[in-house]
Amino acid sequence: MSESERSYPQPSVTVETQPFWDGTAKGILLLKRCRDCGETHYYPRALCPFCFSGETEWYEASGQGRIYTFSVMRRVPAPYVIAFVTLAEGVSMMTNIVDCDLDAVAIGQDVQLTFRETEGGYALPVFTPVAA
Amino acid sequence: MSRPSRAYIAGAYEHPTRHAVGISVAQLHADVAKGALADAGLTKDDVDGYFCAGDAPGLGGLSMAEYMGLNLRYTDTTETGGSSYVIHLGHAAEAIAAGKCSVALITLAGRPKMANSGPARNYGDDTPDAGFETPFSPTIVNNYAMAAMRHCHEFGTTPEQLAWVKVAASHHAHHNKHAVRQEVVTVEDVLNSPMIADPLHRLDCCVISDGGGALVVVSPAIAKSLGDRCVKLLGQGEAVKHLNGGKIDLTYTGAAQSGPIAFAEANLTPADMDLAMIYDSFTITVLMTLEDLGFCEKGQGGRFVADGNLISGTGKLPFNTDGGGLCNNHPTNRGGMTKVIEAVRQLRGEAHPKVQVPDCTLAVAHGTGGQIGTRMGSATAILGRNDA
Repeated sequence: MSESERSYPQPSVTVETQPFWDGTAKGILLLKRCRDCGETHYYPRALCPFCFSGETEWYEASGQGRIYTFSVMRRVPAPYVIAFVTLAEGVSMMTNIVDCDLDAVAIGQDVQLTFRETEGGYALPVFTPVAA
Repeated sequence: MSRPSRAYIAGAYEHPTRHAVGISVAQLHADVAKGALADAGLTKDDVDGYFCAGDAPGLGGLSMAEYMGLNLRYTDTTETGGSSYVIHLGHAAEAIAAGKCSVALITLAGRPKMANSGPARNYGDDTPDAGFETPFSPTIVNNYAMAAMRHCHEFGTTPEQLAWVKVAASHHAHHNKHAVRQEVVTVEDVLNSPMIADPLHRLDCCVISDGGGALVVVSPAIAKSLGDRCVKLLGQGEAVKHLNGGKIDLTYTGAAQSGPIAFAEANLTPADMDLAMIYDSFTITVLMTLEDLGFCEKGQGGRFVADGNLISGTGKLPFNTDGGGLCNNHPTNRGGMTKVIEAVRQLRGEAHPKVQVPDCTLAVAHGTGGQIGTRMGSATAILGRNDA
């Protein structure tokens, strides 16, 4: 079985995170930024984890990122890459690297946003290497 | 000289089982409690404080106090995964110093090899990080592997250096008749074992076992009446480290905070330690923790652990002389308790003769909980022989 044949579990969605998942369904990655201190945080919260302001707002990420770290999960029927990707907006998120050569993934590699459908209808934000 | 100590470990007991057939989790907790109390020369009726974590069944301290017939005036169920029991040690000392209790019992037990064992964490829908992590299939091993990968990238740490941690543990487990894996392994054995999640091989990972352990912590006055097998708690520190709103740094652990707090309280330094008992869920856990505790410069952990430096009798810093989680046992996937128990054996001069550190006077025991690649608890305890 290859990565492309993997099935992705549905995320747990709360009233706080519904807009994020509505966004991925439309093919966009939404981040939260604090109106008071200006910092972007991840995962998105109602309260800013840096200054504790309740004034946080959604905005669309550029979809550009770089691999901070990763690991190839080998001992499973469909090996896959788990990673932390640092977004152009400055925060890092746990994700998968897809449509890639498992043995060519590297820290520092530039990646761009794409999506994978889940078993439950929501889409997951994942990343694929930018062609050199 | 004799260093001041607010509390003493009077009793320590590790369950000999590694595969708990026909024993309930509640009984395992009670069995290790009984063992530790007998080791201390006390009875359950002497206990007035009880500490347990998420592995205790039912409503934790309440359910187990009833099962064991304890009459308590103090309880604490702080849950920080495998670091919980080293945190309990500090909390017990604080409660004793405050006069809230005088004989504190700490238990850990579980049977992950048996049926009906829940996951390491409860990922209910209300867990705030769950939706943003679970769908990407994180596991315990690939979580730690991501920290290892970044460490290798930033500092040039190699798989061979990581393997030396396992090699040292195996030399010690060879003398432990209860250890799950008693065979001595080489660096090549580790590198030739199947790759699980790059860069961690199967032999970079700890064992999975049933079992448990318990500690009895007492006031200085009671310790005086119990004799010189009591071990001093000289210092203790804690930390919670997490992903910091997405501004992440996976190159260090919570030990960078808990270690300096503990050493400062003890007025000691890493160079004073005769033994290091370091939670070893994976080889990378030990390497990074040793750096963060200050045994070497940040990034030099690979060089520090290589060439047998952690092997008792030949290396400069004997570590995990019972074989640790990598070879001996890892009861209910929580390794903090067993680190303290082996430190107590060493400080009493009761470790296996082949691994006993000569004149072992001062030791550090460190627990790690949660996951090093996301959110973790860290706790460091500095322990001293009765005359330290």
